[in-house]
Amino acid sequence: MTVDRNDLYASPGDETEGTVYTAMGGGDWADIAGEQAERGDEVLVINMGPQHPSTHGVLRLMVECDGETVTSIRPGIGFLHTGIEKNMEYRSWTQGTTFVTRMDYVSPLFNEAAYCLAVERLLGITDQIPQRASDIRVLMMELCRIASHLIAIGTGGMEIGALTVMTIGFREREMILDFFEAVTGLRMNHAYIRPGGVAIDLPETGIAQLHDVINWLEKHLPEYAAFCNENPIFKGRMVGVGHQDLSACFALGVTGPILRSTGYAWDLRKQQPYCGYETYDFDVITWDTSDAYGRFRVRLDEMWESLKIVKQATDRLEASTGQPVMVDDPKIAWPATLALGPDGQGNSHEHIKHIMGESMEALIHHFKLVTEGFRVPPGQAYVPIESPKGELACHVVSDGGTKPFRVHMRDPGFNHLQSVPIQCEGGMLADIVVAIGSLDPVMGGVDR
Amino acid sequence: MTAEKLPGEEKTVSEPVTDPEASPKAGVEREDAQADPVLTPAVGEEATPIALRKGMWSEGAGDTSGYSRIVRATDWPAPSEPPFGSWYDQVHARLATLVADPYTKVVLDRGELTFHIPREKLSEAMQALRDDALLRFEFCASVSGVNYPDDVGAELHVAYHLQSMTHNRRLRVETSCPDADPHVPSVVAIYPAADWHERETWDMFGIIFDGHPHLTRILMPDDWVGHPQRKDYPLGGIPIEYKGTTVPPVEARRSYR
Repeated sequence: MTVDRNDLYASPGDETEGTVYTAMGGGDWADIAGEQAERGDEVLVINMGPQHPSTHGVLRLMVECDGETVTSIRPGIGFLHTGIEKNMEYRSWTQGTTFVTRMDYVSPLFNEAAYCLAVERLLGITDQIPQRASDIRVLMMELCRIASHLIAIGTGGMEIGALTVMTIGFREREMILDFFEAVTGLRMNHAYIRPGGVAIDLPETGIAQLHDVINWLEKHLPEYAAFCNENPIFKGRMVGVGHQDLSACFALGVTGPILRSTGYAWDLRKQQPYCGYETYDFDVITWDTSDAYGRFRVRLDEMWESLKIVKQATDRLEASTGQPVMVDDPKIAWPATLALGPDGQGNSHEHIKHIMGESMEALIHHFKLVTEGFRVPPGQAYVPIESPKGELACHVVSDGGTKPFRVHMRDPGFNHLQSVPIQCEGGMLADIVVAIGSLDPVMGGVDR
Repeated sequence: MTAEKLPGEEKTVSEPVTDPEASPKAGVEREDAQADPVLTPAVGEEATPIALRKGMWSEGAGDTSGYSRIVRATDWPAPSEPPFGSWYDQVHARLATLVADPYTKVVLDRGELTFHIPREKLSEAMQALRDDALLRFEFCASVSGVNYPDDVGAELHVAYHLQSMTHNRRLRVETSCPDADPHVPSVVAIYPAADWHERETWDMFGIIFDGHPHLTRILMPDDWVGHPQRKDYPLGGIPIEYKGTTVPPVEARRSYR
């Protein structure tokens, strides 16, 4: 083993920095370790990820350590960049929902809602969205919020060794996804919320299944509090870790549970309501510790608030059975009616009969919508909504065509990862995982 | 269709119709009654057309839609003049007192206020927007680039979405730069949250944010050539053969615009 200051792999002229280790002369790793133990000036550089089970996908962290203390950490992103925003410029406005839903795949319905609300604002039909469609959107979004928080809590727990929190988290989430599958046909990537309303009404058994989900959640959500809230190991790992105060949140554009864990009750559902959230009764949860534990408690309590909203939405949907779920404008309303065929899905015979046998106009509208799509008046809109992670917003520009001119999604995780250095530097190496878990980034949304 | 039409009756007039008073006879459809070789688009006086589009289908496609000679102008929302109503006037006037002549254009459209600010005044205006007690837009939610190839001299736009949590207001600040000189001052010193957003905008549009502490690519690989979300950057893709037929890549397909 040679310890040398000459770097054999450097290009001619490259400055060599620090000690270079090569295995040219043979030797023993113990000698190196022994030599390093004598030194106090060595910086250990660790590349964590992009393939690492605790980085919530493909996040790369470049960490410099002094012993086990993090002296510098820089996140590197982009490994899951799929060019969704560029692709959307080549597809119709309605097809856009199938792209945005794949961004933050843990909370797909929020992506769809932000996009559709922005398109509806450009179309000027925000006030014409049927009440039942808005209620279904609220219902689906709040269930999705619970599912997303379950992932955040579950995977966050798993990463610190609380495996049970993960297994029960996924168990509850599965109940919600089963309901999503019954309504939208898919467990995730639904493309269910469309410009003008939602793709299809709840199935006949939907309300009954919804009651089952609510009962299940009411029975099982207390388990998380019982497992974690006062668990000394859990608190030992979480309390005081990933500290970020209110001014740092403002400066770095951090929102959602992280902002609320500093005690600031900022929730867009209350501050700038959309989809009729102002008519629902719920509270904004805050905590005052600004740390990972506070964020955990905020998410835990927010699931109960979401459940409150889900119950209110259920009552409204029971009362409004049979009302339309798509805007009453045949030039915009996508003909998505389906019926159950032998393959589990199929064309609606009622709809086929209507367009083929009864109404020439309906056939023309169907044909024009599917081949051409609708045109959106020129202009731009920026619509923010409160996703489980924070402010999720969609900036849409239209040039009056059948396709978006530009779509930009402002994903909360993108901003939250900027605050990794402020949360982790000066802390322990092992706390990185806890801090990242409390930020709850989903790389599909961060990289898009 | 009228009831007088007889089965098999001649439906099309092939000669151009010159008499302006001429109207279609019963059962006759005028398929090429428009003789004007150039159709001028209807553009409002206050509107600001940027793009003119001919035909219904994408560029280069043989247009058999029957509307190949139609010309459509893209009218962006017209600039607004005060009074705007609501809190907009207060913010508009306040910024104008703090920064000399800050606006190139103010657009109030669909309830969203946009200040178009020249790039020379951007830093000053952003500082005032953040710090002044009456403005207090302390939160920069998003920075997003937009490429308008037809907006000659201002091909690249940057839109900053600001949020005042104190007053619960939202504001969009938009600035622009020409393709030949893609420089915009960085606002990272004012809004640290804009750090990664500006890196993304550089990565995707090639806009150089002067004064940014670390303007490197963020989503694309470090050695990538080009800026993918510019309009002149192709989407790419290859033809796919499927069951004996070939499906062209999205970009090469004929489609409506």
